[in-house]
Amino acid sequence: MRIAVITFPGSNCDHDCYRALKLLDGVEPEFRWHRDTDLGGVDAVLLPGGFSYGDYLRAGAIARFSPIMEAVKAFALDGGPVVGICNGFQVLCESGLLPGALLRNESLRFQSYPVHIRVETTATPFTSHYRKGQVLRIPIAHGEGNYHAPPEVLAELEGDDRIVFRYCTPDAGLAPEANPNGSAHHIAGIVNEARNVLGMMPHPERAVEELLGSTDGLGLFQSLVNHLSAGATP
Amino acid sequence: MSRFKVEVRVTPRPGLLDPQGKAVQHALDSLGYEGVDSVRVGKLLVLELEADDAAAARARTEEMCRKLLANPVTEDFLIEVSELAPVEAE
Repeated sequence: MRIAVITFPGSNCDHDCYRALKLLDGVEPEFRWHRDTDLGGVDAVLLPGGFSYGDYLRAGAIARFSPIMEAVKAFALDGGPVVGICNGFQVLCESGLLPGALLRNESLRFQSYPVHIRVETTATPFTSHYRKGQVLRIPIAHGEGNYHAPPEVLAELEGDDRIVFRYCTPDAGLAPEANPNGSAHHIAGIVNEARNVLGMMPHPERAVEELLGSTDGLGLFQSLVNHLSAGATP
Repeated sequence: MSRFKVEVRVTPRPGLLDPQGKAVQHALDSLGYEGVDSVRVGKLLVLELEADDAAAARARTEEMCRKLLANPVTEDFLIEVSELAPVEAE
C-alpha cells in the first residue's frame, strides 16, 4: 500500500514520518510536494509536523491554501484516511477538515518532551491496534498545541466518541499537571465526524524504535496498515 | 478606481485565554505599572489596494478576513478604510 507524506516548505518531520512508515511491512511511503496537485492514487495521507510557511500569520493558515491541500481535502471528503501530526493537525483545523483551533500553549513555552496520552477510542482506522484506556508514552514538541473549540463543539466531540487521545498521568489520570499546553478537556487528538481524519499534537513517528525511548507510536501506523489491508478502500 | 489603505486589526476573541497578553500584563506589573486590568495581544495588518470605493474595499477585505486573515474560531477582526489617492484613468 502507498502512503503519501506531504512536504510543505518548513515541514521538518516529513522524513521521520517516511522512516516510521518504512518500518512496516508492505508500506511504500512517497513524498508529495506542496505544489503537487495530485496525490497519485495513494491509499492514505500523512501531514507531518514542522513550521509550514514559517507559521506566518497563524500556524497552518497558509499551508491550507497550498495546491496539494485541494487534493488532500477531496481525498478526505471521499473517505480516505488522513493523519495530521502537530503542524499537520494545525493545518487540518485551519482547513476546516477538523473543528476547533490550536492556540499558543498556556505556559507560553515551547514544550518538547515525552508525555503520556490515553487512548480514548479504538473505533478509528488509526487506533484499532491499541486498547481503550491504554497509556502511551509519546513525545510532544510544539508551542501552539492548546486545543480550543466552542463548548457545543467540545460536547459534540465528547458525545460522538471523537476524542482519540487525552493527555494523562503515567497511570491514566487526568491531573491538570499532565496537560502540557492547556488543551480543553485534555485533548491531544481528535477525529472528524466520518472518523477518517485524525489530528494529534504528539509525534507517534518519534516513538517507533527502542533507540528512541518508546515504540508506543508504532501501533498508530500499524492500525492504519491493518485498516487499509482489510480492504476498506478509501 | 481609487487606492485605499486598509487596516485590519485582528484580536483574540473576548473570553478566550490570551497567554501572550497575560505575560505582558505580568511584565507591566513587575515594572511597577499598577492597575493594568487586562492586556490582549493581537496583530495589525496594513493593506494597500485598489477598489471602486471605500465600501468595495471594505467588502473585499472582509472576505479576505473570513478566508485567511483571521481565524473565525479564535479571532475577531476590525477593518478601517482610508482613501489614499484616485487612480489615474489610462
